[in-house]
Amino acid sequence: MFGYSMEEVGNIVVMQGFSGLSLFSVLLLMALGLAIIFGQMGVINMAHGEFMAVGAYTTVFLSKIAVSYDIVNSYFVFAIVAAFILAFFIGYFIEFLLIRHLYKRPLDTLLATWGLSLVMQQIFRSTFGAKEVSAELPEWLLGSFKPTEDIDIPINGVFVMGLALIVTVGVYLFMYRSRWGLRVRATMQNRVMAGAVGINTKKVDRLTFALGCGIAGVAGAAFTTIASTGPTTGSLYIVDSFMVVVFGGAASLMGTIASAFGIAQAQSILQFFMTSSMGKVATLMTIVIILMMRPEGLFASKVRK
Amino acid sequence: MSNSDRRQFMKKTTALVAVSLALGLPIGINSAVAADFPTATVNTTGLAVDDTTVKVGILHSATGTMAISETGSIQAEKLAIAQINEMGGVLGRKIEVIQEDGASDWPTFAEKSKKLLENDKVATVFGCWTSASRKAALPVFEKDNGLLFYPTFYEGLEQSKNVFYTGQEATQQILAGLDWIAKEKKAKTFYLIGSDYIWPRTSMKIARKHIEQHLGGTVVGEEYIALGDTQFGSVINKIKLKKPDVIYAAVVGGSNVAWFKQLNAAGLNAKKQNMLTISVTEDEVLGIGGENLEGFYSAMKYFQSLKNPNNEKFVADFKKAYGDNAVIGDVTQAAYLGPWLWKAAVERAGSFDVDKAVVALPGYELTTAPEGYVKVDPNHHLHSKLRIGQWRKDGQADVVYESDLIAPDPFPKGYQ
Repeated sequence: MFGYSMEEVGNIVVMQGFSGLSLFSVLLLMALGLAIIFGQMGVINMAHGEFMAVGAYTTVFLSKIAVSYDIVNSYFVFAIVAAFILAFFIGYFIEFLLIRHLYKRPLDTLLATWGLSLVMQQIFRSTFGAKEVSAELPEWLLGSFKPTEDIDIPINGVFVMGLALIVTVGVYLFMYRSRWGLRVRATMQNRVMAGAVGINTKKVDRLTFALGCGIAGVAGAAFTTIASTGPTTGSLYIVDSFMVVVFGGAASLMGTIASAFGIAQAQSILQFFMTSSMGKVATLMTIVIILMMRPEGLFASKVRK
Repeated sequence: MSNSDRRQFMKKTTALVAVSLALGLPIGINSAVAADFPTATVNTTGLAVDDTTVKVGILHSATGTMAISETGSIQAEKLAIAQINEMGGVLGRKIEVIQEDGASDWPTFAEKSKKLLENDKVATVFGCWTSASRKAALPVFEKDNGLLFYPTFYEGLEQSKNVFYTGQEATQQILAGLDWIAKEKKAKTFYLIGSDYIWPRTSMKIARKHIEQHLGGTVVGEEYIALGDTQFGSVINKIKLKKPDVIYAAVVGGSNVAWFKQLNAAGLNAKKQNMLTISVTEDEVLGIGGENLEGFYSAMKYFQSLKNPNNEKFVADFKKAYGDNAVIGDVTQAAYLGPWLWKAAVERAGSFDVDKAVVALPGYELTTAPEGYVKVDPNHHLHSKLRIGQWRKDGQADVVYESDLIAPDPFPKGYQ
């Protein structure tokens, strides 16, 4: 077939399938935090990428410490937890300082969080320097897993996939199986009513925003294995994150998952058969057309307007 | 400066050196020189030059996306200026720097150039990094008759009276490197990959012509990645299917880091795959990580590990000024040349006037450059050597090949 042996084609199909799934988990991890903040709360958080950078820098910082104590092989899991905690508390603080004053003015949150993203970028630059840095990665995250001689499955891809799965299940359990999630959903659906039945809606807002930021931090930590860490790293992810959430239908977790899967597969396959940049253009065109027909996104939530 | 002037200047300085040596005094050559060059004669166009100082501009991005790359250039230019001042300045005048921030925004570069040239009346500007910023600032320099020293290796196809290009134009970086890898690795098939903007596209066009017409090789794939894209899964699989002898890469920025990390994770390391890149210097290695680059090759004119006395001194001075962890990439070294070349131009002309300095510089040979000998061509680019460095795990490169001196050819015939 096209001058390649069946075996070669088979190997490529396997690796290409994996790379599609890998892109899916990257997009999903990127978008989950935003799905909560934008999808549930309606806050357009332009600083989402910078919260990811907080996670990435936490990992880099801890990796330097890990190197000096010679514990490079075990620090990474702690780094992810630390990234979550740090991003969570920064998010908590920012909600208190900035976001809560703007709930009634959604377009102003866009400007305010964009300004916040610039401030955070400059803080990264002043603290860690303008140049890109890299985290020392544990041995077990490097290289590839080889089921046969000619198939390479990148271990960092598998790791991101596993993490995306854990975080997604975690978010699902939190939102749909816990009392906290119930309060969050109640507040988002009808704030006045939720307040009337005794839910502290301000507290709910703060925790929801912080949770979204924390998940962004986890994503940032995970992405140190596959991409760069620099002051403007966050801006590489922000567009894709919004694209996934908006395309999925803002208020639906299932929508976000389906949208990440669809975009990832389309992009991965198109980029294989076309050139990389054309593949991306074709994907974006498809999204635009589908959104023109379904402005609410793939999974529109059923709410009475 | 007329011949008699120069002779007189030589005589005076020689005498002064002799006297100061005899008396054991610190050598104050330049205070005498300043008196020899009255401001009225060395500055006839109203530049910011007085009896003791001369103002120059530095215009790079200290903030925004490009700060990653441009910080090194700012540091190198400031270091060179400090060293020149220590030696007594230019025509006896201390250099004062006015630094402006281009903020990674191209119109800002034009605006700040205008400010530096029209308000501050600087004698020269060291600055710009991306081609886009240079293209934005160029009309201002041409209109106000300013002088710009531009440090980055770039795509060529440009030559201006008002600009000196201290980095390599495309053919200087590409042709010799391709020749080397074709011979050394007996490479016949090439896969070209770059970020999607003018420099990689022009470079790949030149590379393709050279591969097809001069090396008898074939290009089995040519690919451009949107700037900032970080997902290379599909591209890597295509490369695996095509199995090129050499990947020829010009990926930049955050994409560059992702590209090498994912390539390595997909099992394409230097043991299995030859790669020659024209977009990785010591600066980029910090972000990519030496373990992801180990064994791959870069084609540059300068590597920090170059062994020559000029470079050893430069590296030591740079680290003294900016800390032991500072690294020096190709462009940082090229930026370091700017102030020295400008000093030479002004001293050869005996004047700060742009028109006179511009004419005086071509033909000048700088022997103290960290990269070794360079010569300024009448087309305002430098004659320089190409080196191939093979990356080590510690983020430094072993220089495995050094070309002869290559003449700059910004408008290469048969490659456009």
